[in-house]
Amino acid sequence: MNGGQDLGGTHGHGPVRPEPNEPVFHGDWEKRAFALTLAMGMPGGWNIDMSRFARENRKPNEYLDMTYYQIWLAGLETLMKERGLVAEEEIEAGRSLHPAKPVPRVLKPEDVAKTLHRGGPTERDTNTKPAFEAGQRVRAKNLNPVTHTRLPRYVRGHVGTIERVLGCHVFPDSNALGKGEDPKWLYTVRFDGRELWGDQADPTTQVSVDAWEPYLEPA
Amino acid sequence: MSGHDHEHDHEHSELSETQLRVRALESVLIEKGYVDPAALDLLVETYEKKVGPRNGARVVAKAWADPDYKARLLKDATPAIAEVGYAGRQGEHIVALENTPKLHNMVVCTLCSCYPWPVLGLPPVWYKSAPYRSRAVSDPRGVLKEFGVELPKDTDIRIWDSTAEIRYLVLPVRPKGTEGWSEERLAELVTRDSMIGTGLPKQP
Amino acid sequence: MAHDHDHHHDHDHGSDLDEMTLRVRALETILLEKGYIEPAAIDALIEAYEKKIGPRNGAHVVAKAWADPKFKEWLLKDGTAAMESLGYGGRSGNHLVALENTPAVHNMVVCTLCSCYPWALLGLPPLWYKSAPYRSRTVSEPRSVLKDFGIELPKDTEIRIWDSTAELRYLVVPMRPPGTEGWDEKRLAQLVTRDSMIGTGFPKRPEDLQ
Repeated sequence: MNGGQDLGGTHGHGPVRPEPNEPVFHGDWEKRAFALTLAMGMPGGWNIDMSRFARENRKPNEYLDMTYYQIWLAGLETLMKERGLVAEEEIEAGRSLHPAKPVPRVLKPEDVAKTLHRGGPTERDTNTKPAFEAGQRVRAKNLNPVTHTRLPRYVRGHVGTIERVLGCHVFPDSNALGKGEDPKWLYTVRFDGRELWGDQADPTTQVSVDAWEPYLEPA
Repeated sequence: MSGHDHEHDHEHSELSETQLRVRALESVLIEKGYVDPAALDLLVETYEKKVGPRNGARVVAKAWADPDYKARLLKDATPAIAEVGYAGRQGEHIVALENTPKLHNMVVCTLCSCYPWPVLGLPPVWYKSAPYRSRAVSDPRGVLKEFGVELPKDTDIRIWDSTAEIRYLVLPVRPKGTEGWSEERLAELVTRDSMIGTGLPKQP
Repeated sequence: MAHDHDHHHDHDHGSDLDEMTLRVRALETILLEKGYIEPAAIDALIEAYEKKIGPRNGAHVVAKAWADPKFKEWLLKDGTAAMESLGYGGRSGNHLVALENTPAVHNMVVCTLCSCYPWALLGLPPLWYKSAPYRSRTVSEPRSVLKDFGIELPKDTEIRIWDSTAELRYLVVPMRPPGTEGWDEKRLAQLVTRDSMIGTGFPKRPEDLQ
C-alpha cells in the first residue's frame, strides 16, 4: 500500500539521531510488547507478511507519529482482534472476559531457542525458471496495490539491472492476504541514483531492492 | 528515560497509557493460555543479553583473519555464519557485502526495519526511524555525515534496501596496522555501525 | 493503541481548541501592538470571505453560461476575462479555466499538494477538499471518491481530474438540468450547487426547488 511506511526518498523528517549507548529496549513495556508479538505468532496463525501489513495498514499520520514498538503493539492488536482472540474490552479491563479461542500451538519456554534458531526461511523449491538473468535491464512496474507489497514507490517505473538471482521465495503480496505462499523468483535489482533521483543526484550512488518477478518487466 | 522527547506532559501520560495497555494485554493473553510467561522472559533475555553485534564482529574478524573463510562468507554467507554458531530468525538468508576502498555498502529497510538479527541483534531506534529510512536511499552522503563519516568523492556508495527476507551484513575494510592480530583482537575493532554501513571500524 | 490525533483522550476535549484560541489571540495582540496589522483590515478580510465571497458567485457564472451560449463560449475559451466581465476576480481567481461537463466527460478539481481553490468564485474551500482523503484518492480512484458523495457515473463516462498545481484555478460547468427551458439566470443560479462546480456533485433539478 502507498502508506506512511513507504518512506524511501521522502523529505521533512530531519536528521538521523543515533543515541549513544542505546539500550536494546527503552522501557519494560517494550520488552513485553516484543515478546508478546513473537510468542503470539504461533497461536495466532498469521505469517510475517500479514504481520507487516497489519502494522502499516493505518493512517499515515498515525503510523509516522507512533514509536516503533507502538506500531508493533498496534499491529498485534489488529491481528488478534481480527481473529477473535482478544476483544478491546478485555484489554481495557486487563483480564479475560470471554472464553479463549482454541489455538493449535503455544510457544513453550523449552522451544524458544530452537524456534528462534529455525526462524522462517522463505526459499522454496521450484520447477520454474527465472525470467531474468544477472546483467539484464529490467523496469520496476508501476504497481499500486492498496494491500501489502514490498515494491517501494521510489523505484516504480524505473529501469535497473539484475544483479543477482536469489532463488524462489514466498511472495508477500499474496501471503499477506492469506492467498498462499505463491513463491516467485526473487532478484536483487540495482538502480543508478540519477535514474531514481534525477540528473542532479550524486553520480556515485546506486540503490538496490530485492524484487520478486511480478514486480518486474523487461526494459 | 527513553529515546523520547519528554518536554510534553501529554507524551508522559501517553507513555503510561501504553505501559498499562501492554501490561493488561499480557495478563489477558496469559490468562487465555495463548502465551507462556516463561517463554516470554526467555524471548526478552535472548535479545537483550545474548544475541547482539558481538556475533557479527566475530564473523567479520574471522573473515579478516582467514581468507578461505572470507571467500566462503562472500559466496554464501548463511552457512558460513552458521559455522560460527549464528543462525535463525531474521537471518535465514544472509548476504555479506564487502567494502573496498572504492565501494562502500550501506543497508537500510525503507519499508519497515528488516535487520540481520542473528549477527547484529535488534536494530537501534535510528535504523527504524523515518530520517534514516527516508534519506539513506536518496542522500547517503548526507546521512553518513551525520554519523561523522566522510568518504572520498569518488567512492561509490551502494545502498541495499532490504525489501525481502534477504538480510545484509557489511564486511568493513580491515584497518591498517593489524597484521598478525588474533581474531579476538580484530573483533574489538568491529563496530555495529560498521556492519550496517553507517560507520567505519575502529583504528588500532 | 494508536495515538489518535483527533485527541479522543481522557483529558478535556476543549483544552486543545482553547490552546489554539489562546495562541492566535496572543499573536494578534502582538501584531497589533507592533503596528504590523490594522484591526479594521482584519475584520474586513474575515467579513469578505465569511459573508460576501462565496459559491453564489460561481453559480452566477454557470447560470449565465447556461442561459447565454455566447457567454458560455467565451467562458470556455477565456475563463478569466468572462468571469471578470461579471465583476468577479482577484485573489485566487486571477487565472480561471472553465471545464465543461458533458455526458461523455465528467470533470473533477483537486489540489493534491495543498488546497488551491477558486476563491473568487467559490469562496474558501470546505474542510473535505483540503483533507488527506480527498487529496490522496481523487487522482487515483475518483469513482470511489464520488461514491463517498453518493454519486455513480456511467461506466463509460470519462473522468478528468485537474490537479491545481499552479496558479490556474478551475471551475466546473455542470450540465444544465433538463426541464429548465426558458428559465432566467436568477432562477437557474438556484440550481447550481458548490459541489457541482468542484465536480463532486450534480446541480439540483427543478423539482428539488419545490
